Amino acid sequence: MTLTTGSDAARARRDATPQGEPRRVGGRGRGRAIEALWGYAFIAPTGIGLAVFYLWPILQTAYFSMTEWGFFGGHTWTGFDNYTRLLRDPEAGQALINTLGYTALGLVAIPLAIVFAALLNQKGLRGVGVYRTLFFLPVVTMPVAVAMVWRWLYNGDYGLINYVLSLAGVEGPSWVADPATALYALAVVGIWSSLGYNLIIFLAGMQAIPREYYEAAQIDGAGRITQFFRVTLPLLSPTAFFVSVISVIGSLQLFDLVYAMAGSGLTARANPAFPRLQTVVHLFYDRAFVTNDRGYAAAIVVMLFLLIIAMTAVQFRLQRRWVHYA
Amino acid sequence: MRRPRAHIGAHAVLIATSLVMVTPFAWQIITSLKTLSGATRVPPSFLPEGRWENYGRVFELLPFGHQFLNTVLMTAGRTIGQVLLSSMAAYAFARLRFPGRGLLFGVFLSVLMVPPQLFVIPQYEIMLSLGWLNTLRALIVPGLFSAFGVFLLRQFFLGLPRELEEAARLDGAGPLRIYWSIMLPLARPGLVALSVLVLLWSWNDLFWPLVVNTDPEQMTLSAGLASLRGQFQTDYPVLMAGSLLASLPVIAVFVFLQRQFIQGIAHTGIKG
Repeated sequence: MTLTTGSDAARARRDATPQGEPRRVGGRGRGRAIEALWGYAFIAPTGIGLAVFYLWPILQTAYFSMTEWGFFGGHTWTGFDNYTRLLRDPEAGQALINTLGYTALGLVAIPLAIVFAALLNQKGLRGVGVYRTLFFLPVVTMPVAVAMVWRWLYNGDYGLINYVLSLAGVEGPSWVADPATALYALAVVGIWSSLGYNLIIFLAGMQAIPREYYEAAQIDGAGRITQFFRVTLPLLSPTAFFVSVISVIGSLQLFDLVYAMAGSGLTARANPAFPRLQTVVHLFYDRAFVTNDRGYAAAIVVMLFLLIIAMTAVQFRLQRRWVHYA
Repeated sequence: MRRPRAHIGAHAVLIATSLVMVTPFAWQIITSLKTLSGATRVPPSFLPEGRWENYGRVFELLPFGHQFLNTVLMTAGRTIGQVLLSSMAAYAFARLRFPGRGLLFGVFLSVLMVPPQLFVIPQYEIMLSLGWLNTLRALIVPGLFSAFGVFLLRQFFLGLPRELEEAARLDGAGPLRIYWSIMLPLARPGLVALSVLVLLWSWNDLFWPLVVNTDPEQMTLSAGLASLRGQFQTDYPVLMAGSLLASLPVIAVFVFLQRQFIQGIAHTGIKG
């Protein structure tokens, strides 16, 4: 977009509406039109990119979810077949159960993060920066690398965790390779990875609480524990609500850890615990890019979208019961 | 004075938890310097054995140099492009008046509410039809456009004082001059916050690179490292060396730009 076309169009517009009182050079109408053209020019790159790579694909995915794909390309309209198939698919059902279980377990990170944020938020505590850095380290570490390291820690025969347990006389399971423990072991990694992130948000939330509330509570004779429950927690509840919405959305989309720990296709199926590890997005990846069943994969991901909307809506409804806005 | 004593309990809990946070990293480093037989000894030894050749093995098993370069270029391309393009749109939404502004902003925001997996199949089809699979373009281009970046920077621009702009406008500066010479320098903290977030997400991104670049030489580190798992499941020392090499660059950037990382996350509260 050049300035010339901008002023030409502006002139055309001014001629159409000649009543504009000339305030600055060129008149207000012309100035407005030029400003509008600059506005469109500035949003055009991102706007076109979003339309091509994001907005149009939403509609396409919705369409694909009603088609069946041949292995060598081409697709035929099948209506709601993929959805009825999805509702009857035991593998998808199990993936949904795993994902919801992982999401629920992941919420444990919220109270943990609040407690650690409260510990770090004490006046005059030394070494806050060091603790914060150490807690935050897993947040910036590549999830695939995190998964590799934890797989090694969880190793049934040579893993550090089972060695430590053996010192206490306990024979540990093989964790991510054992159907009974796999999901919990995965959730522990998730919590370990996200604790520092939640902590930072809560710490910022706590620091935004005005000191006067604490001073008033002190005058009323409230001790530190009472202050935490009566002042900090209620005033932090909007932050906790926000973190829980974000963390549920994130957990419902879990993929990296599972893919890095279990792989996909035949490799994954070699792991006896894989049925307990597979998440909805992993199933989507597998159907879309391993078995090339893209119509079905599209239906999976549309259902995931609806699930995310539903879970978020439920949380917004429940917030009335526990979130206090000061 | 009860304060110093009162903190002893807090330090005890914090130190114990810090150990839990750090142990996986320490064990990763120790294991990466062992032989395979050393790593699988029971009881395990807590001393590294100085087997630096494990790091060399990573380069033999993977085209690690290529993958490293791909990851650097993808991260740089997405970060620079996304921050530039998002800041332009954000400036327009924050300061310029044009018909349909509110509606268009709403349309931009709608992208934020959709899980990213919903875009993947059509995006892949676009890459396929353009012949961009297994190229750097496939890694970078969809990542140049971000509703999140526009939203974040628009909020930032809205919070900036208008006086400088007004003065510049009276001096005859057009929107481009104002955007480039006044808004961008003023918005530096916001641009840095967005940059560190995009950098972190791009470096660690797995799903999209895994889907579009399947040729080992065109892979990113994330996908390459994940492929190492499948091929050599038992060689944990090499796997630990590889995962350390892949994750270290962002950890190093984090240590240097810690304040920006933490402020970026605290202010936006969104994770990738």
